[in-house]
Amino acid sequence: MNGHPHIAIASGKGGTGKTTVATSLARVLGHGVQLLDCDVEEPNARLFLRGDVQESRMVAVPVPVIDETRCDGCGECARFCAYNALAAVGGAPLVFPELCHGCGGCVKVCPRQAMRETQRRVGMVETAEADGVIVIQGALDVGVAMAPPVIHAVKAHARRDAPAVIDAPPGTSCPVIAAVRGADAVALVTEPTPFGLHDLRLAVEMTRTLAIPSAVIINRAGSGDDRVQAYCRVEGITVLFELPDERRIAEALARGAVLVDAFPEYRSRFERGWKQLVAIATEHHA
Amino acid sequence: MRELVVISGKGGTGKTSITASFAVLARGAVMADCDVDAADLHLLLQPRVRECHAFFSGRLAAIRKADCIACGACLAHCRFGAVSMNGPGAGEAVFTIDPAACEGCGVCARFCPVKAIDLSERRCGEWRVSETRCGTMVHAQLAAGAGNSGKLVSLVRDQARRIAGERGAPLVLADGPPGIGCPVIASLAGASLALIVTEPSVSGEHDLLRVLALARHFALPAAVCVNKWDVNPEMTERIERAASAAGARIGGRIRYDRAFTAAQLDARAVVEADAPAAEDIRRVWHALDAMEIRSELARRH
Ligand code: SF4
Ligand code: SF4
Repeated sequence: MNGHPHIAIASGKGGTGKTTVATSLARVLGHGVQLLDCDVEEPNARLFLRGDVQESRMVAVPVPVIDETRCDGCGECARFCAYNALAAVGGAPLVFPELCHGCGGCVKVCPRQAMRETQRRVGMVETAEADGVIVIQGALDVGVAMAPPVIHAVKAHARRDAPAVIDAPPGTSCPVIAAVRGADAVALVTEPTPFGLHDLRLAVEMTRTLAIPSAVIINRAGSGDDRVQAYCRVEGITVLFELPDERRIAEALARGAVLVDAFPEYRSRFERGWKQLVAIATEHHA
Repeated sequence: MRELVVISGKGGTGKTSITASFAVLARGAVMADCDVDAADLHLLLQPRVRECHAFFSGRLAAIRKADCIACGACLAHCRFGAVSMNGPGAGEAVFTIDPAACEGCGVCARFCPVKAIDLSERRCGEWRVSETRCGTMVHAQLAAGAGNSGKLVSLVRDQARRIAGERGAPLVLADGPPGIGCPVIASLAGASLALIVTEPSVSGEHDLLRVLALARHFALPAAVCVNKWDVNPEMTERIERAASAAGARIGGRIRYDRAFTAAQLDARAVVEADAPAAEDIRRVWHALDAMEIRSELARRH
Protein backbone atom coordinates (compact mmCIF):
# COMPACT_ATOMS: atom_id res chain seq x y z
CA MET A 1 0.00 0.00 0.00
CA ASN A 2 1.44 3.39 -0.90
CA GLY A 3 0.23 6.05 1.50
CA HIS A 4 -3.22 6.00 3.05
CA PRO A 5 -5.68 3.22 2.33
CA HIS A 6 -8.08 3.62 -0.59
CA ILE A 7 -10.89 1.14 -0.15
CA ALA A 8 -13.73 0.46 -2.59
CA ILE A 9 -17.30 -0.45 -1.71
CA ALA A 10 -18.80 -2.59 -4.46
CA SER A 11 -21.52 -5.18 -5.09
CA GLY A 12 -22.58 -7.33 -7.99
CA LYS A 13 -26.24 -6.60 -7.41
CA GLY A 14 -27.51 -3.04 -7.31
CA GLY A 15 -29.42 -1.60 -4.38
CA THR A 16 -27.74 -3.72 -1.71
CA GLY A 17 -26.61 -0.70 0.30
CA LYS A 18 -23.25 0.32 -1.19
CA THR A 19 -23.93 4.00 -0.72
CA THR A 20 -25.30 3.39 2.79
CA VAL A 21 -22.02 1.71 3.72
CA ALA A 22 -19.79 4.21 1.91
CA THR A 23 -21.44 7.27 3.47
CA SER A 24 -21.42 5.74 6.96
CA LEU A 25 -17.75 4.79 6.66
CA ALA A 26 -16.89 8.31 5.51
CA ARG A 27 -18.86 9.71 8.44
CA VAL A 28 -17.10 7.62 11.11
CA LEU A 29 -13.68 8.33 9.57
CA GLY A 30 -14.57 12.01 9.67
CA HIS A 31 -12.33 14.93 8.99
CA GLY A 32 -10.09 14.75 5.90
CA VAL A 33 -11.38 11.45 4.50
CA GLN A 34 -12.27 11.48 0.80
CA LEU A 35 -15.41 9.87 -0.54
CA LEU A 36 -15.09 9.17 -4.26
CA ASP A 37 -18.54 8.75 -5.76
CA CYS A 38 -17.67 6.61 -8.78
CA ASP A 39 -21.26 5.49 -9.37
CA VAL A 40 -21.30 8.17 -12.06
CA GLU A 41 -24.45 6.89 -13.80
CA GLU A 42 -26.44 7.43 -10.61
CA PRO A 43 -24.29 9.36 -8.10
CA ASN A 44 -26.07 9.39 -4.74
CA ALA A 45 -23.56 9.98 -1.94
CA ARG A 46 -24.25 13.73 -1.77
CA LEU A 47 -27.99 13.13 -1.34
CA PHE A 48 -26.99 11.81 2.08
CA LEU A 49 -23.82 13.70 3.04
CA ARG A 50 -24.93 16.98 1.39
CA GLY A 51 -22.23 19.68 1.68
CA ASP A 52 -21.23 22.63 -0.46
CA VAL A 53 -19.67 22.32 -3.87
CA GLN A 54 -16.28 24.00 -3.90
CA GLU A 55 -15.01 23.11 -7.29
CA SER A 56 -16.58 21.79 -10.42
CA ARG A 57 -14.86 20.67 -13.59
CA MET A 58 -15.97 19.38 -16.91
CA VAL A 59 -14.84 15.92 -18.03
CA ALA A 60 -14.08 15.66 -21.71
CA VAL A 61 -12.66 12.96 -23.94
CA PRO A 62 -10.65 13.48 -27.12
CA VAL A 63 -12.41 12.86 -30.44
CA PRO A 64 -10.96 13.29 -33.91
CA VAL A 65 -11.89 15.98 -36.41
CA ILE A 66 -10.89 15.82 -40.04
CA ASP A 67 -9.45 18.67 -42.05
CA GLU A 68 -11.24 18.08 -45.33
CA THR A 69 -8.79 20.21 -47.27
CA ARG A 70 -5.99 17.77 -46.45
CA CYS A 71 -7.91 14.46 -46.39
CA ASP A 72 -7.68 12.56 -49.69
CA GLY A 73 -10.18 9.88 -48.60
CA CYS A 74 -7.63 7.04 -48.34
CA GLY A 75 -9.65 5.47 -45.50
CA GLU A 76 -6.64 4.40 -43.43
CA CYS A 77 -8.12 5.86 -40.21
CA ALA A 78 -11.43 4.04 -40.67
CA ARG A 79 -9.61 0.74 -41.31
CA PHE A 80 -7.62 1.28 -38.14
CA CYS A 81 -10.44 2.21 -35.74
CA ALA A 82 -11.41 -0.81 -33.63
CA TYR A 83 -14.79 0.63 -32.68
CA ASN A 84 -16.26 1.62 -36.06
CA ALA A 85 -16.21 5.25 -34.97
CA LEU A 86 -15.04 6.32 -38.41
CA ALA A 87 -16.89 5.41 -41.59
CA ALA A 88 -15.16 5.73 -44.98
CA VAL A 89 -17.83 6.81 -47.42
CA GLY A 90 -15.65 8.04 -50.28
CA GLY A 91 -14.22 11.45 -49.48
CA ALA A 92 -13.54 12.41 -45.88
CA PRO A 93 -14.73 9.76 -43.39
CA LEU A 94 -17.66 10.43 -41.07
CA VAL A 95 -16.89 10.56 -37.33
CA PHE A 96 -19.30 8.98 -34.83
CA PRO A 97 -18.16 10.57 -31.55
CA GLU A 98 -20.38 8.38 -29.35
CA LEU A 99 -18.53 5.26 -30.53
CA CYS A 100 -15.03 6.73 -30.16
CA HIS A 101 -12.90 5.50 -27.25
CA GLY A 102 -10.40 8.31 -27.70
CA CYS A 103 -7.44 6.04 -28.35
CA GLY A 104 -5.82 8.60 -30.65
CA GLY A 105 -4.81 5.96 -33.19
CA CYS A 106 -6.53 7.46 -36.21
CA VAL A 107 -4.68 10.76 -35.82
CA LYS A 108 -1.37 8.89 -35.65
CA VAL A 109 -1.98 6.64 -38.67
CA CYS A 110 -3.29 9.34 -41.02
CA PRO A 111 -0.64 9.58 -43.79
CA ARG A 112 -1.60 13.17 -44.64
CA GLN A 113 -1.80 14.58 -41.09
CA ALA A 114 -5.37 15.54 -41.85
CA MET A 115 -6.69 14.74 -38.37
CA ARG A 116 -6.50 16.47 -35.06
CA GLU A 117 -8.40 16.06 -31.80
CA THR A 118 -10.99 18.16 -30.03
CA GLN A 119 -12.64 17.61 -26.69
CA ARG A 120 -16.14 16.20 -26.25
CA ARG A 121 -17.89 16.75 -22.94
CA VAL A 122 -19.09 13.54 -21.23
CA GLY A 123 -19.73 14.60 -17.64
CA MET A 124 -18.71 16.62 -14.60
CA VAL A 125 -16.57 16.13 -11.52
CA GLU A 126 -17.51 18.14 -8.44
CA THR A 127 -15.69 18.44 -5.15
CA ALA A 128 -17.75 19.27 -2.08
CA GLU A 129 -17.06 19.46 1.62
CA ALA A 130 -19.56 17.92 4.01
CA ASP A 131 -18.69 18.18 7.70
CA GLY A 132 -15.02 17.62 7.01
CA VAL A 133 -15.57 14.82 4.46
CA ILE A 134 -14.30 15.65 0.97
CA VAL A 135 -16.85 14.29 -1.47
CA ILE A 136 -15.59 13.97 -5.04
CA GLN A 137 -18.50 13.12 -7.26
CA GLY A 138 -18.60 12.20 -10.93
CA ALA A 139 -21.76 12.57 -12.98
CA LEU A 140 -22.09 11.13 -16.47
CA ASP A 141 -24.08 13.33 -18.86
CA VAL A 142 -27.45 11.80 -19.75
CA GLY A 143 -27.26 10.11 -23.15
CA VAL A 144 -23.51 9.40 -22.95
CA ALA A 145 -22.73 5.68 -23.07
CA MET A 146 -19.20 5.38 -21.69
CA ALA A 147 -18.81 5.89 -17.95
CA PRO A 148 -15.11 4.96 -17.43
CA PRO A 149 -13.62 8.34 -18.47
CA VAL A 150 -15.72 10.11 -15.81
CA ILE A 151 -14.73 7.49 -13.22
CA HIS A 152 -11.06 7.94 -14.09
CA ALA A 153 -11.48 11.70 -13.72
CA VAL A 154 -12.93 11.26 -10.21
CA LYS A 155 -10.00 9.08 -9.21
CA ALA A 156 -7.51 11.51 -10.71
CA HIS A 157 -8.84 14.17 -8.32
CA ALA A 158 -8.22 12.02 -5.25
CA ARG A 159 -5.18 12.62 -3.10
CA ARG A 160 -3.01 9.71 -2.09
CA ASP A 161 -1.99 11.37 1.19
CA ALA A 162 -5.44 10.94 2.72
CA PRO A 163 -7.67 7.88 3.09
CA ALA A 164 -10.45 7.33 0.57
CA VAL A 165 -13.73 5.42 0.43
CA ILE A 166 -14.69 4.62 -3.17
CA ASP A 167 -18.41 4.17 -3.89
CA ALA A 168 -18.31 1.90 -6.97
CA PRO A 169 -21.12 1.32 -9.48
CA PRO A 170 -23.04 -1.99 -9.36
CA GLY A 171 -22.18 -4.94 -11.60
CA THR A 172 -18.89 -6.47 -12.64
CA SER A 173 -18.11 -4.89 -16.02
CA CYS A 174 -15.89 -2.04 -17.23
CA PRO A 175 -17.25 0.81 -15.04
CA VAL A 176 -16.75 -1.31 -11.92
CA ILE A 177 -13.24 -2.27 -13.00
CA ALA A 178 -12.46 1.41 -13.59
CA ALA A 179 -13.66 2.22 -10.07
CA VAL A 180 -11.99 -0.57 -8.08
CA ARG A 181 -8.75 -1.01 -10.03
CA GLY A 182 -5.90 0.29 -7.89
CA ALA A 183 -7.91 0.09 -4.64
CA ASP A 184 -6.13 -1.51 -1.68
CA ALA A 185 -9.14 -3.63 -0.69
CA VAL A 186 -12.80 -4.02 -1.60
CA ALA A 187 -15.80 -4.41 0.68
CA LEU A 188 -18.58 -6.28 -1.13
CA VAL A 189 -22.05 -5.42 0.11
CA THR A 190 -24.69 -8.10 -0.39
CA GLU A 191 -28.05 -9.43 0.82
CA PRO A 192 -28.81 -12.89 2.22
CA THR A 193 -30.96 -13.86 -0.77
CA PRO A 194 -30.55 -15.93 -3.96
CA PHE A 195 -29.96 -12.76 -6.02
CA GLY A 196 -27.53 -11.46 -3.41
CA LEU A 197 -25.50 -14.67 -3.39
CA HIS A 198 -25.48 -15.11 -7.16
CA ASP A 199 -24.22 -11.58 -7.74
CA LEU A 200 -21.76 -11.78 -4.84
CA ARG A 201 -20.09 -14.79 -6.48
CA LEU A 202 -19.57 -12.75 -9.65
CA ALA A 203 -18.19 -9.83 -7.65
CA VAL A 204 -15.77 -12.11 -5.78
CA GLU A 205 -14.60 -13.56 -9.08
CA MET A 206 -14.00 -10.02 -10.33
CA THR A 207 -11.92 -9.00 -7.30
CA ARG A 208 -9.88 -12.22 -7.67
CA THR A 209 -9.24 -11.48 -11.35
CA LEU A 210 -7.97 -8.05 -10.33
CA ALA A 211 -5.98 -9.53 -7.40
CA ILE A 212 -7.55 -7.14 -4.87
CA PRO A 213 -8.34 -8.58 -1.42
CA SER A 214 -12.00 -8.44 -0.43
CA ALA A 215 -14.36 -8.92 2.51
CA VAL A 216 -18.15 -8.99 2.76
CA ILE A 217 -20.81 -6.91 4.51
CA ILE A 218 -24.27 -8.47 4.72
CA ASN A 219 -27.08 -5.94 4.60
CA ARG A 220 -30.74 -6.65 5.46
CA ALA A 221 -29.64 -9.65 7.54
CA GLY A 222 -32.61 -11.74 8.56
CA SER A 223 -34.60 -11.05 5.40
CA GLY A 224 -33.54 -14.24 3.64
CA ASP A 225 -31.55 -17.28 4.71
CA ASP A 226 -27.95 -18.16 5.61
CA ARG A 227 -26.64 -19.08 2.17
CA VAL A 228 -24.34 -16.05 1.93
CA GLN A 229 -22.76 -16.86 5.30
CA ALA A 230 -22.26 -20.48 4.21
CA TYR A 231 -20.67 -19.41 0.93
CA CYS A 232 -18.26 -17.03 2.69
CA ARG A 233 -17.25 -19.80 5.12
CA VAL A 234 -16.48 -22.23 2.30
CA GLU A 235 -14.56 -19.62 0.30
CA GLY A 236 -12.67 -18.30 3.33
CA ILE A 237 -14.01 -14.77 2.88
CA THR A 238 -14.26 -12.58 6.00
CA VAL A 239 -17.73 -11.28 6.84
CA LEU A 240 -16.99 -7.88 8.38
CA PHE A 241 -20.42 -7.30 9.88
CA GLU A 242 -24.15 -7.44 9.26
CA LEU A 243 -26.81 -4.76 9.21
CA PRO A 244 -30.33 -5.83 10.11
CA ASP A 245 -33.43 -5.73 7.91
CA GLU A 246 -35.55 -3.19 9.72
CA ARG A 247 -38.25 -0.98 8.37
CA ARG A 248 -37.13 1.96 10.55
CA ILE A 249 -33.72 1.82 8.83
CA ALA A 250 -35.32 1.71 5.38
CA GLU A 251 -37.48 4.69 6.31
CA ALA A 252 -34.56 6.75 7.61
CA LEU A 253 -32.50 6.05 4.47
CA ALA A 254 -35.48 6.87 2.26
CA ARG A 255 -35.54 10.35 3.87
CA GLY A 256 -31.86 10.82 3.08
CA ALA A 257 -30.32 10.15 6.50
CA VAL A 258 -26.82 8.73 6.90
CA LEU A 259 -27.23 5.39 8.68
CA VAL A 260 -24.77 6.10 11.53
CA ASP A 261 -26.31 9.55 12.12
CA ALA A 262 -29.80 8.11 12.51
CA PHE A 263 -28.59 5.08 14.46
CA PRO A 264 -25.30 5.88 16.24
CA GLU A 265 -25.32 2.39 17.77
CA TYR A 266 -23.91 1.11 14.45
CA ARG A 267 -20.87 3.39 14.47
CA SER A 268 -18.65 0.81 16.15
CA ARG A 269 -19.35 -1.76 13.41
CA PHE A 270 -18.12 0.65 10.77
CA GLU A 271 -15.07 1.66 12.84
CA ARG A 272 -14.10 -1.96 13.34
CA GLY A 273 -14.96 -2.86 9.74
CA TRP A 274 -12.64 -0.16 8.42
CA LYS A 275 -9.78 -1.33 10.65
CA GLN A 276 -10.27 -4.88 9.41
CA LEU A 277 -10.27 -3.74 5.79
CA VAL A 278 -7.06 -1.81 6.34
CA ALA A 279 -5.52 -4.88 8.00
CA ILE A 280 -6.59 -7.08 5.06
CA ALA A 281 -5.05 -4.59 2.63
CA THR A 282 -1.80 -4.33 4.60
CA GLU A 283 -1.48 -8.10 4.86
CA HIS A 284 -2.09 -8.48 1.14
CA HIS A 285 0.67 -6.02 0.27
CA ALA A 286 3.17 -7.52 2.71
CA MET B 1 -44.63 -7.25 -31.92
CA ARG B 2 -44.33 -5.09 -28.84
CA GLU B 3 -41.32 -4.80 -26.63
CA LEU B 4 -41.49 -3.85 -22.98
CA VAL B 5 -38.23 -3.14 -21.18
CA VAL B 6 -38.21 -2.93 -17.40
CA ILE B 7 -35.47 -0.68 -16.01
CA SER B 8 -34.84 1.13 -12.76
CA GLY B 9 -31.96 3.60 -12.73
CA LYS B 10 -31.23 2.61 -9.15
CA GLY B 11 -30.55 -1.08 -8.54
CA GLY B 12 -32.43 -3.26 -6.07
CA THR B 13 -35.88 -1.75 -6.55
CA GLY B 14 -37.52 -5.10 -7.37
CA LYS B 15 -37.17 -4.86 -11.15
CA THR B 16 -36.34 -8.53 -11.72
CA SER B 17 -39.08 -9.82 -9.39
CA ILE B 18 -41.59 -7.68 -11.25
CA THR B 19 -40.30 -8.78 -14.68
CA ALA B 20 -40.65 -12.43 -13.65
CA SER B 21 -44.22 -11.75 -12.55
CA PHE B 22 -44.98 -10.14 -15.90
CA ALA B 23 -43.51 -13.20 -17.63
CA VAL B 24 -46.01 -15.35 -15.77
CA LEU B 25 -48.90 -12.99 -16.53
CA ALA B 26 -47.99 -12.45 -20.20
CA ARG B 27 -48.14 -16.13 -21.16
CA GLY B 28 -46.20 -16.65 -24.35
CA ALA B 29 -43.84 -13.67 -24.28
CA VAL B 30 -40.19 -14.16 -25.17
CA MET B 31 -38.00 -13.01 -22.29
CA ALA B 32 -34.66 -11.23 -22.64
CA ASP B 33 -32.47 -10.80 -19.56
CA CYS B 34 -30.56 -7.68 -20.55
CA ASP B 35 -28.96 -7.24 -17.13
CA VAL B 36 -25.94 -9.17 -18.39
CA ASP B 37 -23.66 -7.90 -15.62
CA ALA B 38 -25.68 -9.47 -12.86
CA ALA B 39 -28.33 -11.59 -14.54
CA ASP B 40 -30.83 -12.87 -11.99
CA LEU B 41 -34.04 -13.59 -13.89
CA HIS B 42 -33.01 -17.23 -14.38
CA LEU B 43 -33.01 -17.71 -10.60
CA LEU B 44 -36.78 -17.18 -10.64
CA LEU B 45 -37.67 -18.74 -14.00
CA GLN B 46 -35.44 -21.83 -13.63
CA PRO B 47 -34.63 -22.29 -17.32
CA ARG B 48 -33.60 -25.50 -19.06
CA VAL B 49 -30.75 -24.37 -21.30
CA ARG B 50 -31.26 -25.40 -24.94
CA GLU B 51 -28.39 -23.57 -26.62
CA CYS B 52 -25.24 -22.00 -25.26
CA HIS B 53 -22.91 -19.78 -27.30
CA ALA B 54 -19.65 -18.04 -26.52
CA PHE B 55 -19.65 -14.26 -26.84
CA PHE B 56 -16.54 -12.77 -28.42
CA SER B 57 -16.14 -9.06 -28.61
CA GLY B 58 -13.24 -6.69 -28.95
CA ARG B 59 -9.58 -7.56 -28.79
CA LEU B 60 -6.86 -7.92 -26.22
CA ALA B 61 -3.23 -6.99 -26.73
CA ALA B 62 -0.35 -9.10 -25.43
CA ILE B 63 3.40 -8.65 -25.78
CA ARG B 64 5.52 -11.60 -26.97
CA LYS B 65 8.39 -11.38 -24.49
CA ALA B 66 10.88 -13.14 -26.73
CA ASP B 67 10.51 -10.55 -29.49
CA CYS B 68 10.18 -7.40 -27.34
CA ILE B 69 13.18 -5.05 -27.50
CA ALA B 70 11.91 -2.95 -24.56
CA CYS B 71 11.81 0.30 -26.51
CA GLY B 72 8.74 1.55 -24.62
CA ALA B 73 6.74 2.62 -27.68
CA CYS B 74 3.64 0.76 -26.42
CA LEU B 75 3.80 2.55 -23.08
CA ALA B 76 4.05 5.91 -24.81
CA HIS B 77 1.12 5.24 -27.16
CA CYS B 78 -1.42 3.54 -24.88
CA ARG B 79 -3.97 6.02 -23.55
CA PHE B 80 -5.67 3.60 -21.21
CA GLY B 81 -2.85 3.01 -18.75
CA ALA B 82 -2.78 -0.65 -19.75
CA VAL B 83 0.98 -0.90 -20.37
CA SER B 84 3.29 -0.98 -17.40
CA MET B 85 7.04 -1.02 -17.11
CA ASN B 86 8.96 -2.92 -14.45
CA GLY B 87 12.68 -2.69 -14.07
CA PRO B 88 15.48 -0.25 -14.65
CA GLY B 89 14.34 1.64 -17.76
CA ALA B 90 14.07 1.52 -21.52
CA GLY B 91 16.32 -1.09 -23.10
CA GLU B 92 16.24 -3.44 -20.12
CA ALA B 93 12.78 -3.05 -18.64
CA VAL B 94 9.99 -5.61 -18.87
CA PHE B 95 6.79 -4.29 -20.45
CA THR B 96 3.46 -5.97 -19.77
CA ILE B 97 -0.18 -5.30 -20.65
CA ASP B 98 -2.91 -5.49 -18.02
CA PRO B 99 -5.94 -7.24 -19.55
CA ALA B 100 -8.27 -5.43 -17.12
CA ALA B 101 -7.27 -2.04 -18.56
CA CYS B 102 -6.68 -2.88 -22.24
CA GLU B 103 -9.46 -1.65 -24.52
CA GLY B 104 -8.09 -3.43 -27.57
CA CYS B 105 -7.65 -0.29 -29.65
CA GLY B 106 -4.52 -1.70 -31.32
CA VAL B 107 -2.40 1.45 -31.20
CA CYS B 108 0.45 -0.36 -29.42
CA ALA B 109 0.51 -3.19 -31.96
CA ARG B 110 0.51 -0.75 -34.85
CA PHE B 111 3.44 1.27 -33.52
CA CYS B 112 5.59 -1.53 -32.11
CA PRO B 113 8.71 -1.31 -34.30
CA VAL B 114 9.40 -5.07 -34.13
CA LYS B 115 5.76 -6.22 -34.30
CA ALA B 116 6.01 -7.99 -30.92
CA ILE B 117 2.40 -7.33 -29.90
CA ASP B 118 -0.46 -9.67 -30.80
CA LEU B 119 -4.13 -8.75 -30.76
CA SER B 120 -6.42 -11.66 -30.08
CA GLU B 121 -10.19 -11.93 -30.04
CA ARG B 122 -11.55 -11.58 -26.57
CA ARG B 123 -14.04 -13.98 -25.02
CA CYS B 124 -16.32 -11.75 -22.97
CA GLY B 125 -18.96 -14.20 -21.78
CA GLU B 126 -21.70 -16.41 -23.12
CA TRP B 127 -25.34 -16.28 -24.07
CA ARG B 128 -28.05 -18.91 -23.93
CA VAL B 129 -31.47 -19.75 -25.25
CA SER B 130 -33.59 -21.59 -22.69
CA GLU B 131 -37.09 -22.85 -22.06
CA THR B 132 -38.95 -21.81 -18.93
CA ARG B 133 -42.42 -22.44 -17.56
CA CYS B 134 -43.40 -19.03 -18.98
CA GLY B 135 -41.87 -19.41 -22.43
CA THR B 136 -38.53 -19.01 -24.16
CA MET B 137 -35.86 -16.87 -22.57
CA VAL B 138 -32.59 -15.47 -23.89
CA HIS B 139 -30.03 -14.70 -21.22
CA ALA B 140 -26.33 -14.14 -20.88
CA GLN B 141 -23.44 -13.84 -18.53
CA LEU B 142 -20.70 -11.33 -19.07
CA ALA B 143 -17.29 -12.62 -17.98
CA ALA B 144 -16.18 -11.08 -14.68
CA GLY B 145 -14.42 -7.83 -15.43
CA ALA B 146 -15.18 -7.87 -19.16
CA GLY B 147 -16.21 -4.86 -21.20
CA ASN B 148 -18.59 -4.62 -24.13
CA SER B 149 -21.70 -5.24 -22.05
CA GLY B 150 -23.70 -3.02 -24.43
CA LYS B 151 -22.90 -5.33 -27.33
CA LEU B 152 -23.96 -8.38 -25.34
CA VAL B 153 -27.22 -6.65 -24.38
CA SER B 154 -27.93 -5.90 -28.05
CA LEU B 155 -27.19 -9.50 -28.95
CA VAL B 156 -29.56 -10.88 -26.29
CA ARG B 157 -32.32 -8.50 -27.34
CA ASP B 158 -31.87 -9.20 -31.06
CA GLN B 159 -32.04 -12.94 -30.46
CA ALA B 160 -35.21 -12.55 -28.38
CA ARG B 161 -36.73 -10.47 -31.19
CA ARG B 162 -35.74 -13.05 -33.78
CA ILE B 163 -37.34 -15.87 -31.79
CA ALA B 164 -40.47 -13.82 -31.12
CA GLY B 165 -40.70 -13.02 -34.84
CA GLU B 166 -40.31 -16.64 -35.89
CA ARG B 167 -42.99 -17.80 -33.51
CA GLY B 168 -45.35 -14.89 -33.91
CA ALA B 169 -45.04 -14.10 -30.19
CA PRO B 170 -46.80 -10.83 -29.39
CA LEU B 171 -44.34 -9.52 -26.82
CA VAL B 172 -40.66 -9.34 -25.97
CA LEU B 173 -40.21 -8.72 -22.26
CA ALA B 174 -36.78 -7.44 -21.28
CA ASP B 175 -35.25 -7.16 -17.81
CA GLY B 176 -32.94 -4.19 -18.22
CA PRO B 177 -29.75 -3.21 -16.41
CA PRO B 178 -29.45 -0.49 -13.74
CA GLY B 179 -27.87 2.91 -14.45
CA ILE B 180 -28.00 5.11 -17.56
CA GLY B 181 -24.84 4.07 -19.42
CA CYS B 182 -24.04 1.83 -22.36
CA PRO B 183 -25.93 -1.37 -21.41
CA VAL B 184 -29.08 0.62 -20.59
CA ILE B 185 -28.87 2.59 -23.81
CA ALA B 186 -28.47 -0.70 -25.70
CA SER B 187 -31.51 -2.20 -23.94
CA LEU B 188 -33.74 0.76 -24.85
CA ALA B 189 -32.96 0.81 -28.58
CA GLY B 190 -36.09 -0.10 -30.50
CA ALA B 191 -38.31 -0.86 -27.48
CA SER B 192 -42.00 0.17 -27.50
CA LEU B 193 -42.22 1.13 -23.83
CA ALA B 194 -39.94 1.40 -20.81
CA LEU B 195 -41.36 0.64 -17.39
CA ILE B 196 -39.22 2.28 -14.74
CA VAL B 197 -39.46 0.66 -11.33
CA THR B 198 -38.40 2.93 -8.51
CA GLU B 199 -38.76 3.20 -4.75
CA PRO B 200 -39.85 6.12 -2.58
CA SER B 201 -36.46 7.33 -1.36
CA VAL B 202 -34.21 10.30 -2.09
CA SER B 203 -31.97 8.08 -4.20
CA GLY B 204 -34.93 6.42 -5.93
CA GLU B 205 -36.24 9.84 -6.90
CA HIS B 206 -32.87 11.15 -8.08
CA ASP B 207 -32.08 8.06 -10.16
CA LEU B 208 -35.56 7.94 -11.66
CA LEU B 209 -35.29 11.49 -12.97
CA ARG B 210 -31.99 10.69 -14.69
CA VAL B 211 -33.29 7.54 -16.31
CA LEU B 212 -36.47 9.36 -17.40
CA ALA B 213 -34.31 12.01 -19.03
CA LEU B 214 -32.52 9.20 -20.84
CA ALA B 215 -35.81 7.72 -22.13
CA ARG B 216 -36.78 11.19 -23.33
CA HIS B 217 -33.42 11.61 -25.00
CA PHE B 218 -34.24 8.53 -27.09
CA ALA B 219 -37.91 9.54 -27.52
CA LEU B 220 -39.07 6.33 -25.86
CA PRO B 221 -42.45 6.35 -24.04
CA ALA B 222 -42.02 5.61 -20.33
CA ALA B 223 -44.23 4.58 -17.45
CA VAL B 224 -43.27 4.71 -13.77
CA CYS B 225 -44.14 2.29 -11.01
CA VAL B 226 -43.26 2.90 -7.34
CA ASN B 227 -42.43 -0.28 -5.46
CA LYS B 228 -42.67 -0.35 -1.62
CA TRP B 229 -44.72 2.83 -1.98
CA ASP B 230 -46.04 2.68 1.59
CA VAL B 231 -42.52 2.97 3.08
CA ASN B 232 -42.81 6.70 2.35
CA PRO B 233 -46.22 7.76 0.96
CA GLU B 234 -45.28 11.44 0.69
CA MET B 235 -42.19 10.65 -1.34
CA THR B 236 -44.29 8.35 -3.55
CA GLU B 237 -46.59 11.24 -4.35
CA ARG B 238 -43.69 13.56 -4.98
CA ILE B 239 -42.11 11.02 -7.35
CA GLU B 240 -45.34 10.46 -9.25
CA ARG B 241 -45.83 14.20 -9.65
CA ALA B 242 -42.27 14.65 -10.90
CA ALA B 243 -42.65 11.69 -13.26
CA SER B 244 -45.87 13.08 -14.75
CA ALA B 245 -44.27 16.48 -15.14
CA ALA B 246 -41.41 14.79 -17.00
CA GLY B 247 -43.90 13.26 -19.42
CA ALA B 248 -44.09 9.72 -18.03
CA ARG B 249 -47.26 7.81 -17.40
CA ILE B 250 -48.04 6.36 -14.00
CA GLY B 251 -48.08 2.57 -13.99
CA GLY B 252 -49.27 2.20 -10.39
CA ARG B 253 -47.97 1.38 -6.94
CA ILE B 254 -46.82 -1.83 -5.33
CA ARG B 255 -46.89 -2.16 -1.55
CA TYR B 256 -43.97 -3.24 0.65
CA ASP B 257 -44.28 -7.00 0.94
CA ARG B 258 -41.85 -9.60 2.24
CA ALA B 259 -43.36 -11.90 -0.38
CA PHE B 260 -40.72 -10.48 -2.76
CA THR B 261 -37.93 -12.18 -0.79
CA ALA B 262 -40.03 -15.25 0.07
CA ALA B 263 -40.80 -15.84 -3.62
CA GLN B 264 -37.10 -15.46 -4.44
CA LEU B 265 -36.19 -18.12 -1.87
CA ASP B 266 -38.76 -20.44 -3.49
CA ALA B 267 -37.54 -19.64 -7.04
CA ARG B 268 -40.98 -18.33 -7.95
CA ALA B 269 -42.47 -15.10 -9.19
CA VAL B 270 -44.38 -12.95 -6.68
CA VAL B 271 -47.66 -13.45 -8.61
CA GLU B 272 -47.31 -17.21 -8.21
CA ALA B 273 -47.62 -16.74 -4.45
CA ASP B 274 -50.72 -15.71 -2.56
CA ALA B 275 -49.47 -12.27 -1.53
CA PRO B 276 -50.96 -8.78 -1.26
CA ALA B 277 -48.26 -7.38 -3.58
CA ALA B 278 -49.28 -9.92 -6.25
CA GLU B 279 -52.57 -8.03 -6.64
CA ASP B 280 -50.70 -4.77 -7.08
CA ILE B 281 -48.42 -6.26 -9.72
CA ARG B 282 -51.43 -7.57 -11.66
CA ARG B 283 -52.94 -4.10 -11.63
CA VAL B 284 -49.71 -2.56 -12.95
CA TRP B 285 -49.60 -5.21 -15.67
CA HIS B 286 -53.11 -4.45 -16.86
CA ALA B 287 -52.45 -0.71 -16.82
CA LEU B 288 -49.35 -1.26 -18.97
CA ASP B 289 -51.15 -3.49 -21.36
CA ALA B 290 -53.64 -0.76 -22.13
CA MET B 291 -50.87 1.85 -22.38
CA GLU B 292 -48.65 -0.13 -24.62
CA ILE B 293 -51.36 -0.83 -27.10
CA ARG B 294 -52.15 2.88 -27.18
CA SER B 295 -48.55 3.91 -27.75
CA GLU B 296 -48.26 1.28 -30.48
CA LEU B 297 -51.33 2.71 -32.22
CA ALA B 298 -50.02 6.24 -31.82
CA ARG B 299 -46.79 5.21 -33.47
CA ARG B 300 -48.53 3.65 -36.47
CA HIS B 301 -50.52 6.80 -37.21
S1 SF4 C 1 -9.49 8.02 -31.59
FE1 SF4 C 1 -9.43 5.75 -31.72
S2 SF4 C 1 -11.54 5.18 -31.22
FE2 SF4 C 1 -11.61 7.36 -31.73
S3 SF4 C 1 -12.09 7.42 -33.94
FE3 SF4 C 1 -9.85 7.48 -33.75
S4 SF4 C 1 -9.22 5.32 -33.94
FE4 SF4 C 1 -11.43 5.30 -33.49
S1 SF4 D 1 -4.48 -2.36 -27.50
FE1 SF4 D 1 -4.77 -0.18 -26.99
S2 SF4 D 1 -5.57 -0.28 -24.89
FE2 SF4 D 1 -4.64 -2.28 -25.29
S3 SF4 D 1 -2.55 -2.07 -24.51
FE3 SF4 D 1 -2.50 -1.61 -26.72
S4 SF4 D 1 -2.67 0.64 -26.79
FE4 SF4 D 1 -3.34 0.03 -24.73
